[in-house]
Amino acid sequence: MSDYNMSHLDELEAEGIYVMREVAAQFERPAILFSGGKDSICVTHLARKAFAPARIPMPLVHIDTGHNFPETMQFRDDLVAELGVQLIVGSVQELIDRGEVTEEKGFNASRNRIQTPTLINTIEQHQFDACCGGARRDEEKARAKERFFSHRDDFSQWDPKNQRPELWDLYNGKHQPGEHFRVFPLNNWTELDIWNYILRENIAIPSLYFAHEREVVRRDGQILAHSEYLNLRPDEKVEKLQVRFRTLGDLTITGAVESDADTLEKIIGEVAAARKTERGGRMDDKRSQSAMEDRKKEGYF
Amino acid sequence: MEQGLLRFITAGSVDDGKSTLIGRLLYDSKTIFEDQLESIEQASTQRGTDGADLSLLTDGLRAEREQGITIDVAYRYFATPKRKFIIADAPGHIQYTRNMVTGASTADLAIILIDARAGLLEQTHRHSFISHLLGIKHMVVCVNKMDLVEWDEGRYNEIVDTYRSFSSRLDIPDIRFIPISALQGDNVVDRSERMDWYDGPTLLNHLEHVHVAADRNLQDCRFPVQYVIRPQTDADRDFRGYAGRVAGGVFKVGDEVVALPSGLSTTVTSIAIGDKKVDMAFPPQSVVMTLGDDIDLSRGDMLVRENNQPNSSQDLDARICWLSEQPMRPGTRFELHHTSREAKAVVKEVVYKLDINTLHRIEDDLEIGMNDIARVRIRTAAPILVDDYRRNRATGSFILVDPGTRLTVAAGVIYT
Ligand SMILES: Nc1nc2c(ncn2[C@@H]2O[C@H](COP(=O)(O)OP(=O)(O)OP(=O)(O)O)[C@@H](O)[C@H]2O)c(=O)[nH]1
Ligand SMILES: [Mg+2]
Repeated sequence: MSDYNMSHLDELEAEGIYVMREVAAQFERPAILFSGGKDSICVTHLARKAFAPARIPMPLVHIDTGHNFPETMQFRDDLVAELGVQLIVGSVQELIDRGEVTEEKGFNASRNRIQTPTLINTIEQHQFDACCGGARRDEEKARAKERFFSHRDDFSQWDPKNQRPELWDLYNGKHQPGEHFRVFPLNNWTELDIWNYILRENIAIPSLYFAHEREVVRRDGQILAHSEYLNLRPDEKVEKLQVRFRTLGDLTITGAVESDADTLEKIIGEVAAARKTERGGRMDDKRSQSAMEDRKKEGYF
Repeated sequence: MEQGLLRFITAGSVDDGKSTLIGRLLYDSKTIFEDQLESIEQASTQRGTDGADLSLLTDGLRAEREQGITIDVAYRYFATPKRKFIIADAPGHIQYTRNMVTGASTADLAIILIDARAGLLEQTHRHSFISHLLGIKHMVVCVNKMDLVEWDEGRYNEIVDTYRSFSSRLDIPDIRFIPISALQGDNVVDRSERMDWYDGPTLLNHLEHVHVAADRNLQDCRFPVQYVIRPQTDADRDFRGYAGRVAGGVFKVGDEVVALPSGLSTTVTSIAIGDKKVDMAFPPQSVVMTLGDDIDLSRGDMLVRENNQPNSSQDLDARICWLSEQPMRPGTRFELHHTSREAKAVVKEVVYKLDINTLHRIEDDLEIGMNDIARVRIRTAAPILVDDYRRNRATGSFILVDPGTRLTVAAGVIYT
């Protein structure tokens, strides 16, 4: 019997591959939402394995806030070239320029919130009926409630009080015109699973995840990367620290952690011993108790 | 001995303490992160609760916190040095039974909570029956809120006896009882000092050690074709691979297989996971197979062995749990989703409906409404390839989808 054992990571991978194939089989215009972060890199890796030796039969969609780490953009372009898939960019800046969204002002200004209309706009424009994302249930309490196939109405809204039942692995992707699904192949993965998988599969990730020296600003107990997009308060000063990022979002909201973990093994050691969740470093979640739920209802990733 | 992953669900009536128990389990096993604890302490203070309300760890939606109930299943992941766990914290409220069904369909073990003051309620029965229906073989009945009945052994035994007589009519091979206080932590992670009359394990101890026989079927080869891979690149233009998840049995390179429904025979020429070639495939692996002959094979078809084939039938004898707020209208056409196959289907006959409290059959009122469990006969427009659910969960289960609303309206299991 022991010949037929699968490791925990093998099981998660098999589930993820199954989900990606279900998406390709059930939907007409699916896409992968690609942020350049480790989770969407893992989704893309699963897709690569799911359809090998063919190319991934769906485009990567990047919602570009314009406030990106340059490393992430380079990484994205290299990956797209390597995979030979189409890249579709939804630009927040374009929506701002067209006056469809208004940018936040002030010291904590971020483009996080206006990513949502940009995403919805991109989905409508390309008529995507399924968007695969890298969200995981262990990340946040509203995400802990997610289905694998998560239904969105024709305003892209999530109704957490009235989700569809989801039985076994019989995912029902049927929907009315204009509606779509968000699909989460990594639902059952934890942060540690992701890192162990990246190590096992030798998956390339942006250098930002590894400890490096960087100019940063301390704000409200967080360490933010210094950049032209961050408005400094008078009393704030820029310092140089050895840091790494646990998640990659918009430059202005992603907190770094002080760390000297410069290899995957060291990162895994750090994550295993961590006493805070990875999103503990994100300003966007800290705005209120239900910040994530509210954004998700509106159509956020 | 190292135990594999355990997936379990908490079930039972509303307010019996399921979410509090999960919070307690995570808290006392020190698997809560600092910022999560800070966040629920802050929310508890705002609401005027003494100390941290541990149910807020899973009751994360705004509406749940407002009403103090669970609405949808929350999944939590935790590990002790002995085992990894996936917890599904289900809602007790009858209105959200379908969410409990969602959580139970992937669980190996169910924890049924009972409030020591209230005893067994209708939802206790319903959740127990659904767990049994969905093939959960391990159950832990936690008699909770023992603090409110003065840790009384007599009251505990009374509830245990009542539950035993109820459950004797379900075949659940492994049932265990534990008196606890989720609120105060007795017998959850740490042994209670106030119930020295109980000498069994604590809940966590039991969960760490319970042996869950893998739910996989390694005997009957079943490979539902999920997706056909046809690269459009020059290098692989002739490649045609059949992708899917093994639903039963072990497939090896070189095996003779039969494609259903066509009945054509061929051989497995390669098996791969990603671009890595492997010698064999077994459940629940997701693989790609190539075959020796160019046969007609597409999504919804199945590869099996010549001498071990599923039932191919248009008439199904099934137990369903009705999930929709709209009652079932006789004669309605549904889409039946089974493995990767879809077929038009109609419910020909309701044989009986179940009285959830007595487990008696109701044969005079056959109207099926939300949360009803019934035995039905279904006719499909094309044959589907089924096994008995008790032998194979993947090939013995289906859902019914309403062709108008496109919603999943029923979960079904097939008995052959
Ligand atoms: N005294 C006492 N109260 C408890 C205990 N366990 C839970 N409670 C209280 O019972 C109430 C309901 O607890 P929950 O954990 O929300 O119940 P639930 O079973 O999750 O409820 P639903 O998910 O809505 O079905 C809360 O006020 C808890 O504090 C216990 O062991 N003793
Ligand atoms: Mg609850």
